[in-house]
Order: sequence, then structure tokens, then C-alpha cells
Amino acid sequence: MHVEEKFTPKTWPEAPEKATLEGKNKFLGFWFFLGGETVLFASLFATYLALKDKVPSKAANISSEIFTLPLAFIMTMVLLTSSITSVYAIYHMKNYNFKKMQAWLFVTVALGLTFLGLEIYEFYHYTHEFGFVFSESAFSSAFYSLVGFHGGHVVFGLGWMIALMVRNSKRGLSLYNAPKFYVASLYWHFIDVVWVFIFTVVYLMGMVG
Amino acid sequence: MSSIAQKRGFGATLWDYMTTVDHKKIAILYLAAGGFFFVLGGIEALIIRIQLAIPNSNFVAAGFFNELLTMHGVTMIFFAAMPILIGFMNLIMPLQIGARDVAFPFLNSLGFWLFFFGGLLLNISWFTNGGAPAAGWTSYASLSIHSTGHGIDYYALGIQISGFGTLMGGINFLVTLINMRAPGMTYMRMPMFSWTTFVASALILFAFPPLTVALFLLTFDRMFGGNFFNVTMGGNTIIWEHFFWIFGHPEVYILILPAFGIFSEIFSTFSRKRLFGYSSMVFATVLIGFLGFMVWAHHMFTVGLGNIANAIFAVASFAIAVPTGIKIFNWLFTMWGGSIKFTTPMLYAAAFIPSFIMGGVTGIMVATAPADYQFHDTYFVVAHFHYVIVGGVVLAILAGTHFYWPKAFGTMLNETLGKITFALFLIGFHLTFFIQHFLGLMGMPRRIASYNSGQGLDLGNMISTVGAGLMGIAVIILLYNIVITQVKNVRVGNDPWEDGRTLEWALPSPPPFYNFKQLPLVRGLDTYWLEKMEGNKGITPAEPVGDIHMPNGSILPVFISLGFFIASFGAIYRTVYSWGLAALIIGLVIAFGSMLLRSLKDDHGFHIPKSELMKDDKNKGVKA
Repeated sequence: MHVEEKFTPKTWPEAPEKATLEGKNKFLGFWFFLGGETVLFASLFATYLALKDKVPSKAANISSEIFTLPLAFIMTMVLLTSSITSVYAIYHMKNYNFKKMQAWLFVTVALGLTFLGLEIYEFYHYTHEFGFVFSESAFSSAFYSLVGFHGGHVVFGLGWMIALMVRNSKRGLSLYNAPKFYVASLYWHFIDVVWVFIFTVVYLMGMVG
Repeated sequence: MSSIAQKRGFGATLWDYMTTVDHKKIAILYLAAGGFFFVLGGIEALIIRIQLAIPNSNFVAAGFFNELLTMHGVTMIFFAAMPILIGFMNLIMPLQIGARDVAFPFLNSLGFWLFFFGGLLLNISWFTNGGAPAAGWTSYASLSIHSTGHGIDYYALGIQISGFGTLMGGINFLVTLINMRAPGMTYMRMPMFSWTTFVASALILFAFPPLTVALFLLTFDRMFGGNFFNVTMGGNTIIWEHFFWIFGHPEVYILILPAFGIFSEIFSTFSRKRLFGYSSMVFATVLIGFLGFMVWAHHMFTVGLGNIANAIFAVASFAIAVPTGIKIFNWLFTMWGGSIKFTTPMLYAAAFIPSFIMGGVTGIMVATAPADYQFHDTYFVVAHFHYVIVGGVVLAILAGTHFYWPKAFGTMLNETLGKITFALFLIGFHLTFFIQHFLGLMGMPRRIASYNSGQGLDLGNMISTVGAGLMGIAVIILLYNIVITQVKNVRVGNDPWEDGRTLEWALPSPPPFYNFKQLPLVRGLDTYWLEKMEGNKGITPAEPVGDIHMPNGSILPVFISLGFFIASFGAIYRTVYSWGLAALIIGLVIAFGSMLLRSLKDDHGFHIPKSELMKDDKNKGVKA
């Protein structure tokens, strides 16, 4: 199969993301990249756990004083839903239904932007309400680094998906861009998985531990 | 683009190398840049040794001495040894597995330019008024966050940028080795160097992210008001030590495994025997890679992690001696009964075994936690790690330079000069570092700028300096050898050592840019040797001649790297100069803008038509 080949839903291969050598390489390479990213976030989690509630004085904020579960819960739900919608998008990609794929990607991006907005509100709230800024304590540095790295990944993922949607809006699916959509959705799932751990380790453990 | 040689101007050649995605040209870039940094790190080492040659010396000031020893370590590890080995991986591995290029040619080029600009950034610190980083190559946080000037900032960002490049290289090699092996090239037929590339790449993938995080934390602490290592704000400096060594110990194996690979190829080639115990060699390589992640705390025995932690890490460290021993014996048995030719690469390989074993034995000594309290931070440790790094990695680099020179450049380095280089380097190496064991045992601490006479350290230090001078002369002779070889430009054929066993020797020297006109059919381990023994001229092809798909070159990797380079200056001087913030933003815009451009612009590559391949065949006699 060739990257410039034209397809119909009938001739479209079952695994379009791996139909060409380039696609196969991208698929495997991206999984390896996510392996490296896992170690990166593991290191950030380790830093966070080592520095959790490590503050210079009683006046400085600690986790149980500032976190609120309702906001974290809403953010979790929004992001997890965006993972499902990206699954739908890839389902339609595999069925060679470009329009539906774009539509579900649009929903994914919208949910991602919602999440990002909530996170920006959360950071704004902490800094203005509690004076919980990056340089307040070792704990604040660790918190903003871990959650901020995740937020940075969300921004990058959203930019990536929007670029793909706009770039390909007029020309539909091909074996050249199918792997690109596929790995972008893998990236989005990874961001979700990391958030599940952030919700547990930062917010849930922050309320009880 | 045709493989027919054309005379071109300097500008065109420069542009070609800046935009190339050909793994062989990128390998030459890696070797050249790595070689440059190797000479730089060597000059730093010579100045260190001149300062220490006599007691109470004032050759350099103490502060400058700290910069020298820091930059010597950082340059040699990150910007000399690793890039040169990655250069060999780039040059040889795709040829060995019968691939036309690596899996991600664009990323390959990006990896090189990130490394290059990272090294450039770090070395620019010499010329700034704060000077170079001076907290040691380990840059422990308790020292580094209090360091004045901007040296540590350059350290953090220079290594960060080049680390991204290395990570990409690792992923690239892994995918290449898994997806792009020629028909018949099963995992257990892969040449040893390709296997060690595989394991070293996996180590890069999992060892570099902790370093990335550690450097980010250091960057945040020094430039953006973070408090990770600031104890008065609740921080903890041990976090840096853990991350640094979780990276740092696998890094040792990232360096030594490819070195083992190069020596394995040399031993079997010049013993004219297949590698003894191939499968146990593979097993030992993988096991070393695995255990390499389990031992980082043996660098931290004196931190006070407790007896149980120290005991566990000590035992795990001893365990690594087992697979390494397997390898040593396999090399010895490869030579045993072989019809040995002592060429320059083989001399290095033979000298490597006793040298490396000495480093291994002192390794067991320093891994013994109670004894390590005596050895820690003395010249004994300096002697130990130079025995493994110079006696292992640098000897492999020098051996590989002679061995693979014809594959990269189509000429043979002079053997007589090569043997002189070898003798001088080997004698100089042992003269420099053997005595340092005893200096350490007598109590000379590492990283000191001077010492008093009358402590029994004078003679040993003088001997050590003389040895360093011999190594310096050896490298100068090697450079002279390279120059006269390229000036004479005597072209050689496919298999100039006459005993090549693996696929790279079946190709012309240097190979055409598409490597294989027809992908080869691999019929066993040492497939080229098998074909030669059966009287065949070339390798059995696995496909008819057809159009070949090749990737397009691109200048974007240079721009992405340049963007991060500019942004680094912005981050370093953000609070000092008004242009800092602007430079930070402009740099990031260039970097991410170039990435976006890469994503938006379709790049389908191009095809070399069959007719042109047939024409090449007639002109140059290229055989698959």
C-alpha cells in the first residue's frame, strides 16, 4: 500500500495507522516515546511525594488547606470524557469516515479546552486566594511542576490536534495522515492516564493524607 | 541527487550537511563534532594534570581549576564519548541489519543538531564573565544552587538540550532495529554491535527522563524561583543525587555496551572465527542493561541511606560482574584457536581486556559499601572510573575509528602510525591512572586544585602527568594520521580488512546513499562471511531491483535546535538584561514554529527510479 493511494471505505485497510512502513515506525516510536514520558512523570511524582507538605513555616499552605475535591472531580470527568470522544474519533478514522472523525475530534478539543480553562482557574484561585505561588515553598514548587507539566502536555496535545484538523480539513483521510491522527490520540490518552494518577496522588491523598 | 561524485563548493557541501538526513552523513557529523569536543576535553585534562604535576603549583587559579575539572567531565561524557558512539551506531547499525536508513531520518538529524547546539551553549560559558560551571560534572544541588555566576545555568540548559537529542536518537535506533531488519535478519542473527546498540538505546530511553526532570528542577530553582533543593524552604538536595545517579549509572552502560559491541566485531573479524558464545553474549548484554538500573545508590553509600539500602545496592552491583565476566571469557575464547591478525583495531581490543578487568576489579572494591567509606571522593575512585571509561570506552572509540574509517570515508588509516598511536596511548593511559589508585589510598582527595609536598604525593602526581602527556602525543599522531590519509586519498574496496563478516563489508566504501540496491537476504549469523565461504561475490538479494523510496533533506532541525539555543540565553539572562525575556520568547517561537511547519508541510520523500540504479551499477560496480 502506498501513501498517495486513494481509498473507499471498502478498500481502506483495517489498521490504517500501520499500513505503511512510515506508519508502523511512527506507531512503535510513539509507544517508546510514551515509555520515556512515563519515566518522566514517575520522576515528577516521586519529587512531589518527597516534597509534599514540606514548607518553611506554619504560615505556608499545605495540601489539605487549599485543595477542594469538587473542582478536581469536575476536571477529572471532563478529561476522562475527552478520552472517550477521542476513541470515537479513531473508530471513525478506522471506518474511513472523515467527517465523523473530525466532529469527534472537535468535541475532544472542546473538552480539552474546558479542562485547561478549569486548570487555569484553579491556579489563579490558589495564587490569589491563598498566596500559594510557585516560589512559596518546596511543596508549591513540586505541585506546580507536576500539575504544570501535565498542563503543558494538554496545551501541546490541543495544539497538535487542532493543527491536524485544520491541515487535513479539506483533503480527507490518507495513509499519510492516518498515523498522525492515531498517535495524536495515543498522546491524548496518555495525558488522561497521567491525570488519573494526579487526581489520586495529589488531590485524594492531599485531602486524607 | 545522485551518488555520482561531483565537485562542489564549500557552501554547497555545508548546506548538504546541514540539511542531510542520510544516516552515514549524520554519523560523520557526530564523529567530527564529538572528535572536536574530545580534543577540547583532552586539553582541559592536560591543564588539570599540569597544575597537579608539582605540589603547591600556581599554573591555574583554584576557581579556574574547578571549572576545568567540571567541564572536562561534562564534555567527555556528554559531548565526546556519547556522540562518537552514537556516530558509530548511525554509521554501522543500519548497514549491519540491512536497512536503507534509520526509521526516522528527520529525527536523526534533529538529534545531532540538538546535541551540537547543546555543546555549543555549554562551552560558550567559558567566555561569559561568570565563567564555566564549577560544581563538578555531578553538580550536586547543595553546591550548584549556591554557585554564583551563570555557569550552572549553562550546565543545566546545555545538557538539557543535548539530552533531548540523545533521547530521540535512542527511540530512533530502537524502532529501526525492530521494524527495519532485512529479510532473514532475525534478532538472533543480529551482529553484536547492533545488539549492543539496541540495549544501549533502551537504556537511553529510560535513563534520560530522570535527568531531564533533575535538570528542569535545577533550572527552576536557579532561574525561576523554585525551591526543590532549598532546604530552608522545605527542599531536599538528595532528590538531585537520586535522579542524577538513576540517570548516571545507566549512562555508564550506555557508553560501555556499544564499546563492547565494537570489540566483539573486532575480535571475531581478526580472529577469523565466529564470536564465541553469541547467544550468551546477547543474554549478558541484556542482563547488564537490566541490572544497570538497579545499582544507582552505590554512588551514594556515604549519603546515609542506611545499612540495608547500602547492602542491597552493594550486592546488586557485585551481580553485574557476572554477565561482564561472561563477556570477557567469550572474547578470550573467540581468540583462542583463531587465526589472529594483529591489526591496529585488534591491538586495541587485546589491550582492552586486561585494562578493563582492572577497572572491573576496582569496581568491586568500591561497590563494597564499608570499604567505600575509605575510597569515597579519593583519587582511587578517579582511577577506577578512568580505567573503565578510558580502558573500555575510549579504547573502543580509537579501535572503532581505525576499524570503521574505510566504511565512512573510503580510505584506510596508516597502520604504522596507528600502531604508534596505540602504543603511546596505552602506555600513557596506564602511567596516568595506575598510580592514581595509590595516590587515592594514600589519601589524596579528588577535585583538589593543589597539595602540599612531603605527603608522599609528589612522585605519583608527576608520573601521572607524564602519562597524560603521552596520551596527548598519541592523539596528535592520530590526527596527523587522519590528515595524511585524507590528503593521499587512496580509495579502498568493499572489504578492506579482507575478513569482514557482517553486511556492512559487502557494501562499497563508502556505501551509496541508498545503501542497498536490493535488500539483502540474510542467511545466518555473519552472513557476508557465509557467502564468502561459499565462493559468492556478494550477498544474495531478497528482492528484484526496483524503485527505492528515500526521505527528503530538511533544514528545519537546525532551526528547531537554534530556537532552543536562543531561548536558553533568554532563560539565563532573563532577570539580568531587558532582552532576556524577548530572547526566551523568540527562541521558543522559532523552535515550536519550526516543529509546526514540519507537521503541516507534507513530506513524502522521493523515489530513485530503477533506471538510475542500473546506471549507477554500470558506473561504479555497486553490488547489493
